[in-house]
Amino acid sequence: MLYRWRNTASRRWQGNALSGIALLLLLLLPALLAAQTSDPEKPVPILTGNAGAFGFVTAGQNLIDTQFNPVLLVPLGDRWLIESRVAFEGQFQRSPDGGPYGGPVTKHIDYAQLDYIASPYVTVTAGRFLTPFGIFNERLYPCWIRALQPDPLILPINTAPSDGAMFRGGFPVSAKANINYAAYVSVTSIGIDSVDSERHVGGRIGFFFPGPRLEVGGSWQRTLQDDRKNAFGFHLAWQPEKAPLNLRSEFAHSFEGSGYWVEGAYRLSQAHFWQKAMRGTEVVARLQQFYAGEISPDGAAALGLPGADTREADFGVNYFFHNALKGVASYGRLFSSAGNANQWSFGIAYRFLVPLGRVGPQS
Amino acid sequence: MCALTLATSAFAGSPSNSKDASSNRNDGSAATPVAHLTDGDSMRIAGEQRFRANCGRCHAAPQKFPPRMMGTILRHMRVRATITGEDQRLILFYMTQ
Repeated sequence: MLYRWRNTASRRWQGNALSGIALLLLLLLPALLAAQTSDPEKPVPILTGNAGAFGFVTAGQNLIDTQFNPVLLVPLGDRWLIESRVAFEGQFQRSPDGGPYGGPVTKHIDYAQLDYIASPYVTVTAGRFLTPFGIFNERLYPCWIRALQPDPLILPINTAPSDGAMFRGGFPVSAKANINYAAYVSVTSIGIDSVDSERHVGGRIGFFFPGPRLEVGGSWQRTLQDDRKNAFGFHLAWQPEKAPLNLRSEFAHSFEGSGYWVEGAYRLSQAHFWQKAMRGTEVVARLQQFYAGEISPDGAAALGLPGADTREADFGVNYFFHNALKGVASYGRLFSSAGNANQWSFGIAYRFLVPLGRVGPQS
Repeated sequence: MCALTLATSAFAGSPSNSKDASSNRNDGSAATPVAHLTDGDSMRIAGEQRFRANCGRCHAAPQKFPPRMMGTILRHMRVRATITGEDQRLILFYMTQ
């Protein structure tokens, strides 16, 4: 149901390297926490993240998806930050002949990275990081942020985590425009007990215009093995000032497939009736299309991509009980040469945030 | 001009700091008029604008947290959302007032 890069071959090598990183972080954590709490002005380590429980019904088949995704943030001095996100997920289904729900509970490290703010223009990142290809993977993926719980069809394209180094940053080029960028190299074959590796380089650049609240940008990635294939994408995000509307779109093209999605989320805060309820209500619509690439349907399925050309329309409604808790529901219709299907989803998403040290009085 | 500025200060600047938000002169935003904002009211107004323009693009507006927490959150978001150092400084000021 939900896209999971973990179904790819990259799952095989993640254990050893990331277990080492996680162990190192755990060993360092007590000392880091002590160091962080001595000065009342210093940023404090934080445990944040999200949790969610969702039901999906696709072509009449039920799936219960539960997630717990803690994020650890440990600032060091004025320039350093350790950040890591771990995902725990259970996906439960009934067997075809009935009976109780059952299924796998998985855990994995989405990212474990060390950031160094080298200058106002450059942040250096090392470790495992979310691949900055498009905007959904890095910015919109958490269940408490995304407007629709089903993933975009093109999300698996070039968004498997990278292990290596990255330069990124943002800076103004004039009073009306900012540039943000990321350039990275992933070298996962080093020290990993598998030759089925994923080495690549890539980058993303975006132009943000604060006045109209418009961002446009593009991404590129090139694999450094086999046929050395290129992939590219474009993204757009617009939040008009006069309406509580959020428009986003992505396009991606790669050897594995191509496609786009366009999504609009409208907060009903301007409604003149039931104002208290309408303020917290958001309606969403997403249209998307996927074109199968040059890989087999089985290969596409292994990546989490559709095996055939697919179109999908989704409509949803979210209700924010408060800014960290929302209920979600959506309906979608999927059109594919492999068969059409209805897709329903409903559930609840929660964001938590806990300081790991003394924070002083609430401001 | 921009490239020259970038090249000359790529490894010389200092990141935003919650301890002294207004002292960050070399923050990569000298090209923008608001880079010179130092009085509280102007910084608060600019910070709210930056907050709505940057944070609201992806998620619902969070509540305000104590300064030590906001410092960490803004540092995380500076990396994650590639917001500028100046935006980080002003949003931090706004969110901690």
